[in-house]
Amino acid sequence: MDLSYGKEYEEFRGEVRAFLEAQWPPKDDAAGSRDEQTQRFRRLATAEGYLYRSVPRHYGGGEQPPDEIRAQIIREEFARAHAPGEARGIGTMMLVPTLVEKGEEWQKQKWIEPTLTGEIRWCQGYSEPGSGSDLASLQTRAERVGDEWVIHGQKIWTTNAHVADYMFCLCRTEPDAPKHAGISYLLIPMKQKGITVTPLRQMTGGSDFNQVFLEDARTPKDWIVGKRGEGWLVSRATLKHERNSIGAAAQSAGLFQGLVELAKATPRGDRRAIDDPEIRQRLVALEGRVRAHEYSGYRQLTVSARGENPGLIGLMNKLVSTNIGSEASQIALDILGDDGLLDSSQQAILGRVPRGGNRHWITQYMYSLGIAVAGGTANIQRNVIGERGLGLPRDVYADRSSGK
Amino acid sequence: MNFDVSEEQQLLQDTVRSFLEGECPIARVRELFESETGFDPALWKGMLELGLGGLLLPEEHGGAGLEMIDLALVAETLGYGGAPGPFLGHSLAGLALRLGGSDAQKQSWLPRLASGDVLATLALGEEHGAWGPEQWRLPAAAKLSGEKTWVPHAAEADLLVVGVEGGGLSLVERSAPGIEVEPAEGVDRSRRLDHVRFAGAAAEPLAKGVAAAPRLRDAGLVLLAADAFGAGAKLLDLCVAHAKSREQFGVTIGHFQALKHQLADMAVDVEPCRALFWYAAHAFDHVPEDAERAAALAKAHVTERAMQVARDSVEAHGGIGFTWECDVQIWFKRAMFDRAFLGTPSVHRERCAKLAGW
Repeated sequence: MDLSYGKEYEEFRGEVRAFLEAQWPPKDDAAGSRDEQTQRFRRLATAEGYLYRSVPRHYGGGEQPPDEIRAQIIREEFARAHAPGEARGIGTMMLVPTLVEKGEEWQKQKWIEPTLTGEIRWCQGYSEPGSGSDLASLQTRAERVGDEWVIHGQKIWTTNAHVADYMFCLCRTEPDAPKHAGISYLLIPMKQKGITVTPLRQMTGGSDFNQVFLEDARTPKDWIVGKRGEGWLVSRATLKHERNSIGAAAQSAGLFQGLVELAKATPRGDRRAIDDPEIRQRLVALEGRVRAHEYSGYRQLTVSARGENPGLIGLMNKLVSTNIGSEASQIALDILGDDGLLDSSQQAILGRVPRGGNRHWITQYMYSLGIAVAGGTANIQRNVIGERGLGLPRDVYADRSSGK
Repeated sequence: MNFDVSEEQQLLQDTVRSFLEGECPIARVRELFESETGFDPALWKGMLELGLGGLLLPEEHGGAGLEMIDLALVAETLGYGGAPGPFLGHSLAGLALRLGGSDAQKQSWLPRLASGDVLATLALGEEHGAWGPEQWRLPAAAKLSGEKTWVPHAAEADLLVVGVEGGGLSLVERSAPGIEVEPAEGVDRSRRLDHVRFAGAAAEPLAKGVAAAPRLRDAGLVLLAADAFGAGAKLLDLCVAHAKSREQFGVTIGHFQALKHQLADMAVDVEPCRALFWYAAHAFDHVPEDAERAAALAKAHVTERAMQVARDSVEAHGGIGFTWECDVQIWFKRAMFDRAFLGTPSVHRERCAKLAGW
C-alpha cells in the first residue's frame, strides 16, 4: 500500500501547480470583470487539458485519455489554489456528456462549447409531480405538429429553471409504447410564452427549485437527442460519468472539520461544547464514519484507475455521505443549544437577520434532509445496494419493462 | 496511489481461507466452540505450517518479516472463518518480543515462537478495565505477585508477556512455580480467556518493554478491528444467503424491501470499515504520527459497527436467529469479544479526542 501518488504523478502535480501559480489568481491589473477573468482562465486550463478532459477539443473540451489519478490531482491542486474548476451545473455535468455520447454532430457544435464556458445555461426536466422514484411513469406529452414538437405537462424540482436558457427534458412521445420505450429526450428553449416558471419554497425558506408548466410549449423537430422513444436510454448514458468517489468523501471530511471547529468555539457553561463528554463521544463516532468513507474513496480511486469496477463500495457513496450529513447536523444542533430556537427562514424570505446565533448550521440541519432525497432518495439507494450490490431479487411489484 | 491489497496479500488471504474451509469448516468450528478447551493442537499446527506463527517476526529469527497490514488481513480472514485458537495472543506476544526484547531475548524466543514450538500469549488486562500501560498496577519485580485478567488461551500457553506497573512488559514462563490459571468463561468460545494469578512467579523484564507497550496496544487494536470486520462481513453474508433462500408468501424474503433495506444498511455499516482497518494497519508501519489514533479510531468504529450488524443479523434471521443452532451466534460472540477486549469503543473514542488535542 502506498498513499502517495508516485513519481510520475507527482511530476504531473508539479506541472499543474506551476500553471496555477502563473495563471491564478488574476493579476491586479488584469482586464475585465471577475466573471470574464474566470472564463478566460477556464479556457486556458481547458487548453492545457486540465478541465473537461472527456470532451473532444473541437467541441471546446480538454480531450485527454481517461486517467482517474490525474483527474484527482487536478481537483486537489485547483482546490488548493482556490482556482475555478469546471463550471458546476446541470449543463456541464449531465447535458454535455450526453451530447458527446449520443448527440448529432450539429448539436454538439451548437451547444457544447457555449455550455462549457457558461454562456448558456440549462435546467433538467425530469421529475414530475406524479413521477419521482418511478421516473419512467412521466406524463408530459410531446406531439409532432408540422416542423415542431408541441409540449404539454408539468415538471418539478427544476433547479435554475428561472435563469436557464434551455431545458433538456424527458417527454412522452409514443403513448402506445411500453412506458420506458415511449419517452424522448428533447431540448426546449425556456424563454417562450408556452413556459411558466414558479419557484418552490423549501422548509429552510430558500428557493433552489421551481415548478415548470409547459402549455403549448414549442421546440424544433430536430432538437431531439437520440431517436424517438430512446429518451430513457439517452438519459441513462450520463450515469457512468458521475464517479469522482473522493469528491463526496472530501465534502464529508470538510463538514466534519467544520463541526469540530463549531464545538471548540461554542461555549457550554464555563467550558466549551467540545469538553462535554457526550459531544466528544459523538464527534469521534462520526469521525469513524468520515474516515472510513475517505479511505474507501482512496480504495475506489485505486481500483478505478486500473479500469476495474470497485463493486459494492462504489454503490454506497451517496447513502454514506447522506448518513454522515444527517448525523453531523444532529450533533451540530446539540452543540448549538439555545441557538436551536432560532428561525433561519426569514433571512432567506425577507432578509431579516435575527440577533446572534449560527444560522448556517440551523439551515444545514434541515438541508441535510433535502440531500437525502435529491437525486434518488435514501430508500432508492438502499434498493440499489440490495439488488445490484448484494444480489437480492428485484422488487416483486416493480414494473421495469425497460430491462436496462 | 495504491490503496488496495497486493497480489501477494490476496494470495495470503486466499491460502488462509482455503485452509480454514478444508480444516475448520463450520461443523468443526461448532465442535470446538462447544468443547472443553476450545483448543485444537492439530488445527493450530496447520496454521503454524502456513507461517502464521511469525508473520511479523524478522526473517533472521525464522519469521516472515511482513508488516501489520499482512497480519491484519490474516486476522480478517480468521474472523470471517470464525477460526478458533490462540492466533491473537501468540501474534501479539511475538510482536512484544520483537519490539521490546533485547538481542538475547529475541535470539532465545523468537525462533521458537515463529515455529510454534513455544505457544505465547499476552496478559495485559487488570480488574475494572485497566487495559492500558498507564493503568497497570501489577508490581514490576523479579517475582510477580498479583492478578491479570482476560488472558487469551493462558491454559495452553508456554510463555506469557505480562504488563506491569510503570508500563513495562515482563516474560513469565508458564512452567514456573507460582502461577494459577482459572478459566474466565469468556463469551467467545472460539477464543478462550483465562484469569492468571501470580504468587511469586519468576519474571524477566523485556529490555525495551516501556517503549514497546503502547505500540503493542496499537497492534492489538488493529487486529481486533480486522477480526471484527471479518466477522461483520461473514454475518452479512449469512443474512444475504438466508434472504435468498427462506420463502414466505410464496417468494424468497429478499424480495421484501423491509429486509432488503435492513441488509443494505448493514452493508453500509460493514463495507466502508474495510478501508478504515486497512489504513490503521498501514499507518502502524508507515504513518507513525497517526498510528496511535488511527488504531484507536478503527477499533472503536469497526467493532461497534460489527456488533450492530450482529444484532441486526439475529433479527434478519427471524426466530431461528435466536437459537444456539443458528451460526449467527458464533460471530455475534466473536464481535462481542472484539468490542470489549482491550477496552470498549467509548474508551478509545475518548483517547481519540485527547490525541486530537480536543
